[in-house]
Amino acid sequence: MARKLPRADIVIVGFGWTGGILARELAPTGLKIVALERGGPRSTEEDFAVPVIRDELRFDRRHDLMADTATDTCTVRNSLAETALPMRRLGSFLPGEGVGGAGVHWNGTTWRWSDRDLRIRSLYRERYGAKYIPADMPLRDWGVTSAELEPYYEKFEYVAGVSGKAGNLKTGKVPGGNPFEDVRAKDYPLPPLTHGHGPQLFAEAATKLGYHPFPRPGANASRPYTNPDGMHLGQCQYCGFCERFGCESNAKGSPHITVIPVALKHPNVELRTHAWVQKVLLDSTRKRATGVAYVDVETGEELEQPADVVLLCAYQLGNVHLMLLSGIGKPYDPKTGKGVIGANYCYQGGGGQLMFFEGKSFNPFIATGSAGVTIDDFHSNWDFDRGPHGFVGGSTVQCGGSGGRPIGYRPTPPGTPLWGSDWKRATAKGYQSALSVSFFTSVTPNRGNYLDLDPTYTNAFGQPLLRMTFDFHENERKMMAHGASLCAEIGKAMNPTILAPNRPRNSWSVVPYQSTHNTGGAIMGTDPSQTAVNTWQQSWDVPNVFSVGASSFPHNSAYNPTGPLAALAYRTAEAIRDRYLKHPGLLG
Amino acid sequence: MTQPRVGRRAFLTGAALAGAASAVDAQTPPSPAVPSASPPAAKPAKAAPVGYTFLKPAEAAFVEALAAHMIPADELTADGVALGVPVYIDRALAGGWGKGDRLYRQGPWPQGTPNQGYQLPLTPAELFRAGVRQANAYCRTTFGRAFDRLAADRKEAFLLALSRGQAAFGAGPPAGAFFDLIYQLVMEGFFADPIYGGNRDKASWAMIGFPGVLANNARNAEAYRDGRRYSAKPVSIADMS
Repeated sequence: MARKLPRADIVIVGFGWTGGILARELAPTGLKIVALERGGPRSTEEDFAVPVIRDELRFDRRHDLMADTATDTCTVRNSLAETALPMRRLGSFLPGEGVGGAGVHWNGTTWRWSDRDLRIRSLYRERYGAKYIPADMPLRDWGVTSAELEPYYEKFEYVAGVSGKAGNLKTGKVPGGNPFEDVRAKDYPLPPLTHGHGPQLFAEAATKLGYHPFPRPGANASRPYTNPDGMHLGQCQYCGFCERFGCESNAKGSPHITVIPVALKHPNVELRTHAWVQKVLLDSTRKRATGVAYVDVETGEELEQPADVVLLCAYQLGNVHLMLLSGIGKPYDPKTGKGVIGANYCYQGGGGQLMFFEGKSFNPFIATGSAGVTIDDFHSNWDFDRGPHGFVGGSTVQCGGSGGRPIGYRPTPPGTPLWGSDWKRATAKGYQSALSVSFFTSVTPNRGNYLDLDPTYTNAFGQPLLRMTFDFHENERKMMAHGASLCAEIGKAMNPTILAPNRPRNSWSVVPYQSTHNTGGAIMGTDPSQTAVNTWQQSWDVPNVFSVGASSFPHNSAYNPTGPLAALAYRTAEAIRDRYLKHPGLLG
Repeated sequence: MTQPRVGRRAFLTGAALAGAASAVDAQTPPSPAVPSASPPAAKPAKAAPVGYTFLKPAEAAFVEALAAHMIPADELTADGVALGVPVYIDRALAGGWGKGDRLYRQGPWPQGTPNQGYQLPLTPAELFRAGVRQANAYCRTTFGRAFDRLAADRKEAFLLALSRGQAAFGAGPPAGAFFDLIYQLVMEGFFADPIYGGNRDKASWAMIGFPGVLANNARNAEAYRDGRRYSAKPVSIADMS
């Protein structure tokens, strides 16, 4: 029997970016807020100190800051015809664990998703007709526009210390920024990061081809910075240990140095680490949550935290898992297309073009998470006519590596042996002279891609694992072939000595790392029959539960997800503070 | 704040430079004691001897032959054994990772598709142990001797067949999974920080030009935008500790 704890007004499940933002924004209400984080505490001083943090084996290869698959994982399969099997160790994506979540080991790349994403269904129907969208693609508008999200995007950029260059200010277009972004009131708080020789060659080639390169925006501080809450960020040192590591300089905008300490200054906010939430508790009507059940994983004790409002702020997969385990909303059935929880699960496509430049040195270790150059001509640019290509979505193309850590980064030309002296010579040479141009593509929802509970495998608490059924479908394959051809075109124009063959990915594998950009499964929108939450990320079925994060995204873009994830969290926080708390019930 | 924690960094940089001469390495024999007139102090502790904590004799022979074959001595580095790769592998298999940390181990264990990834009921240490047995059995059947006793061209032929999926084991785990494991271990032993027992003297880092863990590159990011090579003597975790 679980021990029942004193009631809280608000309980937050997961304490990364979304949980931290909500705690920070709701703390001034004075309400009793309890944040439950399944992992341990994190601080820069104790956890990210040099030299220990600069350990590629421990943090990159062995995933020391990430979710432990021995405790909880998901099962995976490419289609309904297969039996899902457990992801026995991390590979394709790397969810975080511990205070700050994946926000401590992300790269920092921060985009404002445009209306080409947020109004995707309407735009394609208007331009290409309803039949252009395949019958098995449940494409949805998000129910918010980028103009509505603009102030929240801005807020996050200033809190996280994003470096970049605006391309489309209210006062007019700005040369050198992204001309295809939606209009914005203010520039980024910090000037762009310095990119290296490779991105410079990319920018020159892209410009020659008529494209519009600009510095990739990211929460790596290009200068020392103090955010609006008075939190200090150091200057990025281009150490090459960004993605998969915590930042010892506090130069990477992360929850544990921004929103979380601000929230915890309020005595009404309490953080409990090692608190593994197993389910949201519902009353007999199943329309109201009464709190959450969790296990203190340091003692094994089962606890119940009663609360008036439950904010699910876990990683995307965690939010969907908890909705399914708790019986909130109707589970999606791929055979009938009915139900919503688990629907519209999307991932991200991509690939790259490897090249070698005789006589050049790109110094891959002088790197940061986000520094680099991108073109958006084939993604947010609506002048790019998808008609001849026959796909929905697009690709961003970029150049700029995030480090030259040698266990993982050892590019060699095709035909190089795997060992021996010739391999060593090619490895030594390739380390300096290799360069890649890479692309990300959108992933649109497909009726066969979804999340549900696994019938066979369980986690350490005896609960069913989340089951992921996913593959790239025709739309993604067309986009990835197109993205690969763009990389080859630009790569060729950069005039390398060797242009390696470039094979686009066709099927999703859980093995190689691709992207920690999982989206959907508890999507937002305006129609309760097709979505799990409204545009304030509030459950249609249990209105005192909010599911916040990339789980709300109705599809995935060719951008990184943290910009809209954070913007939606701010918008949700404001709606809860200004409206929900005064009149609890469905927001409208 | 262009140089956070200037004092500590300056100190550590100095320590790293000094460290390059007095290489913090279990393998370095202690320097001869300097004669002194002061009363005799207790004998200085000897550097820890290197031995294996996990590998059985036949496994040690296999790993040493593998490391020396994959990483031969040449103008770039000493061979894999001299660089400590077998010590790295021994420690990795003896430790938490080898015993299955962060590996979901619940059955059932159908093999699934390649896209579904690793599905064996074995920890890395168990897979290694079973795999060496099978690899040596294969080598005995095919070439008449265990792997470590083969001539270099036979070793090469066996490893190529293993890496290309052309050397099926008669029993035990799939040969492909074993190759993936031993290749991963050799690469980690060659390229990981020397604190784990391999990559002695940061030999692989010097080989490729990776400067290691001391990396304040804000100025270098500006200075090396033109495609020139940035060179620095590699610094490891122990050098800075």
